Amino acid sequence: MNNILVLPMLLPLLTGFVLFFLRPSVKAQKIVSILSLLSLVAVSVRILFKVREDGIIRLDFGGWEPPFGILFVGDSFSALMVLTASAVSTLVIAYSFTSTERRMENMFFYPFAFFLVAGVNGSFLTGDMFNLFVCFEVMLLASYVLITLGGGKVRLAESMKYIAINVVASWFFLVALAFLYGTVGTLNMAHISVRVAEAGQGPLLSAIAVVFLIVFALKAGLFLYFWLPGSYSSPPGPIAALFAALLTKVGVYAMFRTFTLIFYHDEFIIQTIIGTMAVLTIIGGCLGAIAYTDIRQIASYNVIIAVGFMIIGLAVFNEEAFKGSVFYLIHDMVIKALLFLIVGAMVYLTGKTKITEMSGLIRNYPVLGWLLFLTTLGLAGIPPLSGFIGKMYVGLGAVEGGNYFLLFIGFASSLVVLYSMLRIFMNCFWGETIINREDQRLFPARRLIPIALLGVLTVGIGVGAQALEPFVSDAVRVMANPDLYIDAILGEVGS
Amino acid sequence: MEFHMTILVGILVTVAVYLLLSRNMVRIILGTAVLSHAVHLLLITMGGAGEGKVPLLRESEGPYADALPQALILTAIVISFATTALLLVLAYRTYEESGSDNMNTIRRIDRE
Repeated sequence: MNNILVLPMLLPLLTGFVLFFLRPSVKAQKIVSILSLLSLVAVSVRILFKVREDGIIRLDFGGWEPPFGILFVGDSFSALMVLTASAVSTLVIAYSFTSTERRMENMFFYPFAFFLVAGVNGSFLTGDMFNLFVCFEVMLLASYVLITLGGGKVRLAESMKYIAINVVASWFFLVALAFLYGTVGTLNMAHISVRVAEAGQGPLLSAIAVVFLIVFALKAGLFLYFWLPGSYSSPPGPIAALFAALLTKVGVYAMFRTFTLIFYHDEFIIQTIIGTMAVLTIIGGCLGAIAYTDIRQIASYNVIIAVGFMIIGLAVFNEEAFKGSVFYLIHDMVIKALLFLIVGAMVYLTGKTKITEMSGLIRNYPVLGWLLFLTTLGLAGIPPLSGFIGKMYVGLGAVEGGNYFLLFIGFASSLVVLYSMLRIFMNCFWGETIINREDQRLFPARRLIPIALLGVLTVGIGVGAQALEPFVSDAVRVMANPDLYIDAILGEVGS
Repeated sequence: MEFHMTILVGILVTVAVYLLLSRNMVRIILGTAVLSHAVHLLLITMGGAGEGKVPLLRESEGPYADALPQALILTAIVISFATTALLLVLAYRTYEESGSDNMNTIRRIDRE
C-alpha cells in the first residue's frame, strides 16, 4: 500500500488540530510537537527509500483512478523536498521552543507552524493542479497568521502588503487553472502533460503557461520579489526562518514541476523569459544585498539571489543543470533556515538590527559567530559545504548548454553573496566589543543546539553528496523524461 | 450564455481592480472579494455552463453537465471566505494600532 504518501501532509495537519486543544499546557504542546516532527522525518525517509525501491508511487484518494480522482504522487524529487522540508522545520520549531514569547505560544503559534508544514508537504506531493492550489492556500493562510501573530505596527503594515499580494497571486492561479481546464479539460498533471503534448503547445497554451509562470514567480520571489524583503524581515527569527526556508522553495518546486512536466515544449518561454527573469532577479537581489545595512534585509535579499540561481538551472534546461538545481534547493532550505535563525538570534541578543550598530560579538558569542562564518561559506558555495555541489552542477549544465551569460551572472552572484555576508560577519563579530561580558544576554545551549545541528546538516549535505547523488539523479531523470512520470500515473492510458 | 458571462467577468474584474487600487483598506478587501467572485464565474464559464443535464444517474439520461467546476468553485469559495475574514480582522487590528485605514499613512510607518 502507498498510504504512507499521505502522512507527510496528514500528520502535521492532525498534530495542528491536537495542539489547539492543548492550549492550556505549553509543555504538552512542545512534547506532542517534537514527537510528531520526529515521526514526520522518519516517514519522509521511508518514502524516499520506497520510491527508490518501487519507482514513482502514487496514492489515489478514494480509489478513483487517475485521471478522474485526485492523487498524491511520490517521485524522488518530491520525496527529497519533503524530507528536507520536514528536517528543517523540525530544527526550526525545536529552536522556537526556547525563543518564542509566551503570549505567542498561547496564541496558537505551534498549530499554525504545523499547518504551514502540512501545506508545504502537500504542495510537494500532489499530482493534481487544483490540489496544488489548495495546498498553496493551506500554506499561505498559515503564513498569514504567523506573520501577523504578536502584532505591532510595522508587522501589521507589512502583513497587509504580504497578504494583499498573495491574494492577487492566488487569483491569478485560479484564472490560469480556469483557462487550463477550459482548454485541456483535465487537472491531473500527468494527463495535462499528455494532452498538451498531443495538441502541441500553441499560443493559447503558451499564454496559460505564462500566467502560471507569473503566479509561481510571485510566490517564489522570481523577479516579482518586491514584497519579499519587507515581509521576511519583519517577523521574529523562527517564523522568518520557516518562511525563508520553505515558502519560496515551494514556488520554485512548482515552477520546476510545471515547466519540466507540462509546458516544456516552448523554448522561448523557458530559455528567454525564464532566463531573463532569473538574471534580473539575481541582479536585483545583489543590489539589495549590498545596499542595505539592516541584517534582516540583507538576509532577505540573499533569499532572492538564491531563487534566481536555482531558476538558472531551469532556464538552461538540461540534466546537469537540473541536478544542480535540485542539490541547490536542498542546500538552500537548510542554509536559509540557518541564516535566518542566526540573524534572528543576533537581533534578539543585541536588540539592534543594523550592521553599523553591532560590533565585536565574537567575544560574547563565539560559537554563534563561527556558525555565521560557516553559513557565509556555505552560501558562497565553498567546498566541501552544501552550496558547492549545486553550483558546480548548474555551472556544468550551463557550459554544456552554452549559456555562458547565465553562467557568468550565476557565479558573479556568489561573490556578491560572499561580500554581503562577510560584511555582516566583519562588522558585527569583529571590532571592539560593545556589550560587557557581565551585561550580555544569555544564549543558552538548548538554543544553540538546533542552530548547530543545521550547521552540521549543511556540512553533511556537502560531504555526503555522494550518498544523495542516486536520489537526485533519479529525480532529474524524471524531470528530463516526463514520460516516466506519465507512465507511472496513467499507465497504459498515457502511452 | 457563455458570452454574457465572460462580459460579466470582465466587468467584475474592472470593479475589483478599481477597488484594489484605492487607498482605503476596507475597499481593498472588498476588491479582493469581488475579484474572487469574478474568477469563480470564470471557472464555471470555462467548465461549460448551461450544457448537459443534471449529473445524477436517476434524474436524467446524459449527456451530463461537467460537475468538476462546481467542486472547484466550492473549494475556492471556502478559501476566499477564510482569506477575506482574516483580512478584515487584520484591517481592524491595523486600524487600532496605527489609527488609520489609509494605505499611504500605513506605508509611511514602515519607512521609519
